[in-house]
Amino acid sequence: MRRALTWFLLLAAWLAGAPLAASELIMVRSTQSFPETMLAVQKAISDHGYTVSRVQRVDVGLTASGYETDRYRVVFFGRAEEVQAITERHPEMIPYLPWKIVLFAEEEETLMVTYDPESFSAFFPDEALARTFATWREDIHHILEQVLHAE
Amino acid sequence: MRRRAPGWFVAWLLPSLLAVSPLWGQAAPGGEQLYTRNCAACHGSDGRGGVGVPLALEDFLANVPDSYLFATIRHGRPGRVMPAFDRLNDSEVQAIVDYIRDFGPPAPELSTAAVNGDPRRGEALFATHCASCHGARGEGSPGTGVTFSRPRDLPILAPALNNPGFLKAATDAMIRRTLIQGREGTPMPSVTDLGLEERDIDDIVSFVRSFEDRPPPVTAIRLEADSPVLMYTSSHDFETTLENVKRAAAGMNFRIIREQYLDEGMVEPGRENPQQQMIYFCNFQQINEALAIDPRVGLFMPCRVTVVERDGVVQVMSINPKYLSPLFNNSYLNQLCDEMYAFYRDILEEATL
Ligand code: HEC
Ligand code: HEC
Repeated sequence: MRRALTWFLLLAAWLAGAPLAASELIMVRSTQSFPETMLAVQKAISDHGYTVSRVQRVDVGLTASGYETDRYRVVFFGRAEEVQAITERHPEMIPYLPWKIVLFAEEEETLMVTYDPESFSAFFPDEALARTFATWREDIHHILEQVLHAE
Repeated sequence: MRRRAPGWFVAWLLPSLLAVSPLWGQAAPGGEQLYTRNCAACHGSDGRGGVGVPLALEDFLANVPDSYLFATIRHGRPGRVMPAFDRLNDSEVQAIVDYIRDFGPPAPELSTAAVNGDPRRGEALFATHCASCHGARGEGSPGTGVTFSRPRDLPILAPALNNPGFLKAATDAMIRRTLIQGREGTPMPSVTDLGLEERDIDDIVSFVRSFEDRPPPVTAIRLEADSPVLMYTSSHDFETTLENVKRAAAGMNFRIIREQYLDEGMVEPGRENPQQQMIYFCNFQQINEALAIDPRVGLFMPCRVTVVERDGVVQVMSINPKYLSPLFNNSYLNQLCDEMYAFYRDILEEATL
């Protein structure tokens, strides 16, 4: 019950929310557990026309090396043609592609963090790229929004 | 340590749900929306803390005036993760303050007068009673808030008291009251329990206030970098450069965990562009330490160098951690980003020379 209410509030907040400031990280809290959020993120990514190219299990690596950690993973995703076009025209973006969303557990909840693509606009005075960053930013918001109210 | 949703939270939730503005809200976002949007990720949906310290804490809310909350949101804590919300207007900030108030007891009546203590005496008392947690110069614990991605029994970390954002927000009376009451449910003790007297307390408050007269602490300084990437042109062919990158990374105690084409997983197998190759590497001890400082550093993981060949030119590139550091507003990360920058630079140089 409380969960449903929280999602509703999160959704309401999202839709009514003021635009995010640029040059900051985008970070939201899902009241769902890690496995549920992980599935919801991957589904939302593909629902928005992106391909999940890989999931890096940072927690597994840490545990195997003897460190204690909660679940912590990095999801990489992109659209092949878009990535190809950008790497052609702006090789400086290569180290940031494919894009990633970091997920980590906080008790029964899950946090998601990613860069705001528009943090990079200042460095690339290119209108086409600025439009792509704006689209990504919007898509990221929609993806996270979908995750926040996934059942 | 971390309290579960207290009764008054639930009591608050129902009426506030009914009061929520229309879903496709034309209305200006109210306190709860603004809180959820801007604060919940760090301080928790119900204010019990996370990356940020708990706000739904009786001994906190009962002992700080609204002006402290307001100024903290406005100025943030430079270098200590808590952002400055300078894009919210006054009424939005006030709406958030009112919302946080609903987490617990009402604001106290506090004087705005300065406390007249002896900062020199205060310094000695601070060294004895406070420095073990807040640092010798009030710089706070390494890391911030409640650590996570870690065992949950770790204590809440002590805030930086020499932080310009804290000093701007806190009045002498608020500090004094915090010392006397302590904060139950956190490691912050009541100084009365430590056996300190009125005069000692005033002296400590004056010492904390004197941080304001010093130059801003290094912890509040941001790194500067002009480019988001480090890029070097190799004097070797593609394959040799790849091998060089691996050797250089291994030589700096990184474990190579994976090699793949940049578009692998995005395009059909066999159709990848073989002239864009990524090398992933890790040093798990370093990751473990980094996560303790800031759980968001997963954005830097795993470490990666990409080797690209175009028109016969081989280039080697990586992110520039120094460019990214300010996005996190975490001074402890600055140091780490400086170190990571040096690692990347050395690997790229060694691989391309
Ligand atoms: C055992 C560790 C510990 C000791 C000793 C300690 N503190 Fe703290 N202090 C903390 C923690 C942890 C917090 C944050 C509590 C919270 O989450 O609200 C805190 C909070 C504070 C705050 C409020 C700051 C803020 O941003 O909210 C002040 C002021 C403060 N301490 C001053 C002192 C002084 C002065 C002393 C010495 C008399 C002292 N503390 C001793 C751990 C400690
Ligand atoms: C990116 C994480 C983050 C976000 C987002 C954030 N905070 Fe914080 N906040 C922190 C951290 C970390 C601290 C403790 C700083 C320290 O240790 O010096 C803090 C401290 C505070 C304090 C002082 C607490 C005390 O004990 O004195 C208040 C009040 C506060 N935040 C309110 C807010 C509000 C309101 C918002 C939303 C408008 C917000 N914060 C958003 C991380 C965050």
